[in-house]
Amino acid sequence: MELKTIQTSRVPVRYFEGGSGKPLVFLHGAGGILPSDKFLDKLAQKYHVYAPLLPGYGDSQECASLRDMLDFTLHTMDVVEALKLKDPILAGHSMGGMIAAEMAAITHNDFSRLALIASAGLWLDEHPVPDLFATLPFELPPILFHDVEMGTKLLTAGLSLSDPDFLKVFLVFNARQMGTAGKLLFPVPDRGLSERLYRIKAKTLVIWGASDKLFPPAYGEAFKKGIRGAELMLIPKAGHMITLEQPDELVTALASLG
Amino acid sequence: MKFTWFNLMPWPYLPDDFREKHRSVWVDIDSRLFDAEKSHEVYNTYMDLLEYAGELGFDAIGVNEHHQNGYGIMPSPNIIAAGLARRTKDVALVVLGNSIALYNPPVRVAEEFAMLDCISGGRLVAGFPVGTSMDTNYCYGQIPALTREKYQEAHDLIIKAWREPDPFAWNGRYTKLRHVNIWPRPVQKPNPPIHIPGGGSVETYDFCIDNTYSYSYLSFSGYIRGKALMQGYWDRVAARNAPDTSPYRAGFAQTICVADTDSEAERLYSEHVSYFYNRCLHVYGGFADAPGYRTIKTIQTGALSQYTPPLEGFSNLTWKDLIEGGHIIAGGPETVRQRMEHMIKGLRVGNVFCLMHVGNMPKEKAMYSTQLFAEKVIPKLRNIFPDYADDGRFWCKPMKTQVKAGSLPRAEDAARLARA
Repeated sequence: MELKTIQTSRVPVRYFEGGSGKPLVFLHGAGGILPSDKFLDKLAQKYHVYAPLLPGYGDSQECASLRDMLDFTLHTMDVVEALKLKDPILAGHSMGGMIAAEMAAITHNDFSRLALIASAGLWLDEHPVPDLFATLPFELPPILFHDVEMGTKLLTAGLSLSDPDFLKVFLVFNARQMGTAGKLLFPVPDRGLSERLYRIKAKTLVIWGASDKLFPPAYGEAFKKGIRGAELMLIPKAGHMITLEQPDELVTALASLG
Repeated sequence: MKFTWFNLMPWPYLPDDFREKHRSVWVDIDSRLFDAEKSHEVYNTYMDLLEYAGELGFDAIGVNEHHQNGYGIMPSPNIIAAGLARRTKDVALVVLGNSIALYNPPVRVAEEFAMLDCISGGRLVAGFPVGTSMDTNYCYGQIPALTREKYQEAHDLIIKAWREPDPFAWNGRYTKLRHVNIWPRPVQKPNPPIHIPGGGSVETYDFCIDNTYSYSYLSFSGYIRGKALMQGYWDRVAARNAPDTSPYRAGFAQTICVADTDSEAERLYSEHVSYFYNRCLHVYGGFADAPGYRTIKTIQTGALSQYTPPLEGFSNLTWKDLIEGGHIIAGGPETVRQRMEHMIKGLRVGNVFCLMHVGNMPKEKAMYSTQLFAEKVIPKLRNIFPDYADDGRFWCKPMKTQVKAGSLPRAEDAARLARA
């Protein structure tokens, strides 16, 4: 994958591009794209992948004028347009799924294939979502992973939060990324998407980790119920971070979108 | 010097094993630890203590706002301040403050502060905190990365609502109002003095300097740990070419306990100080700082690690540690005077918020400590900054003639007076 920059009317946007095949736009979740993430590489073996970073993620420039759901949705549509993509497969994980679903609802004639992977954006009172914004780093793995031990390694490899220099870097990184995510997910990750799901015309695949403890599979059911003709696929031995835990199964699942 | 007797209003009945059994004193504190019937006496005692301090020669009595918090049972400081305004005279009322980003529409704060200023006869010092992350983000649901922008807009609206004599329209991003025209208006013109409590954000320093507001640092870690932060503020005052370095541009909160001797102070107060530092400050780390609440600029100044609580917590700190570390200033009057002078000069603060009711301290001890401080310490600290003795920019300007509760004629005279 190659890290590139494309200019939209608001802000320069960093994006990963690689592979060949049908164009596929992948929108990352609140944690961004970790260096240990092999999912994009695997995806690029089958698709021409474009994975834009939201402003503030990775090394990309922040954009203060992105404040609410509509801003982020239009921004991401601007990115797709700047990349000159026509009806790419649109896939999003977690917060990225929330944005993808909004795009597919608002410009419902522009996207014919949609993959929502452990997507955020709905709220079920019977299944209150843990508050990731009030979770300490060491408490994350049990929430995010099926295999907690492996998840811990992926998240904490080589890091020490008691080292003041690292702490500063971490705080800046976290403030940029999770600060941005908070605009869509804080304090409750619902910005009214459930009332717009009816507009989605795309063939929709809802993919969920069977042991997702952040958004339990009931959320997958709710997306399936809200989107006409949507199909739900549960992936075993995967928590919320399916992209890290079961990337091969995820790529295989996407094939059914055509 | 201006001395404000401040009461955080801690809940005094947290159990001995609070730290072990509960994850946080704030945000998700166990509601079953609150006893409404006991609170009846707690509230009234705390208000009595504030009024008592007001009679002893403190310049002000102070209240503040916290939500879902076991060491501050005062989600609405204005309610307490209204009670105090009725039963006190001359003493300033420092409301430090109302977290203005939380109120919708923010003109509510302009109205309530104007009411307090009118009821008290111009004795209000108005505080506008951004609010802690626990209060603002975790309890009141404000989006961390947008909190400061919303705060700024609320501030601009409140100031304009106080100053603009004619109705105006407000087309803000967060508030839209077609007819802003608050009734009542404050006694103090164009508006009451404004103090901004901050926790080290560079933006807040600049905001105070540019608007001639007083910056106050309300920490419980004391003056030694507060030094880096206040120095950061004064450096900023110099860098932005403020017209002066008046000490009244700054305030500091300090836990203070006075007794007859140093050893008596330890004997009388150590239990209550320990209650405060061990139980009341037991906040779950995940609620400390919502990502996006602090700006990148502030994190990058690198001061953060110097004023966050020690990683091991306060529980291991003994009375001696707390005194040597400057968390508390405690002892006989002369010891306290020396340390206070050291603190006031070292931090260059004209406003001191005296935390004198500590943790689960019973009222008699709070009165004793307060009385000794008022009589034997304050008089010797009054004139530390003689060059700025006349700097009234950061303090209230009460009406010359004030009324207070009890101005009605006797009931038996009412009929006669009515007919006269």
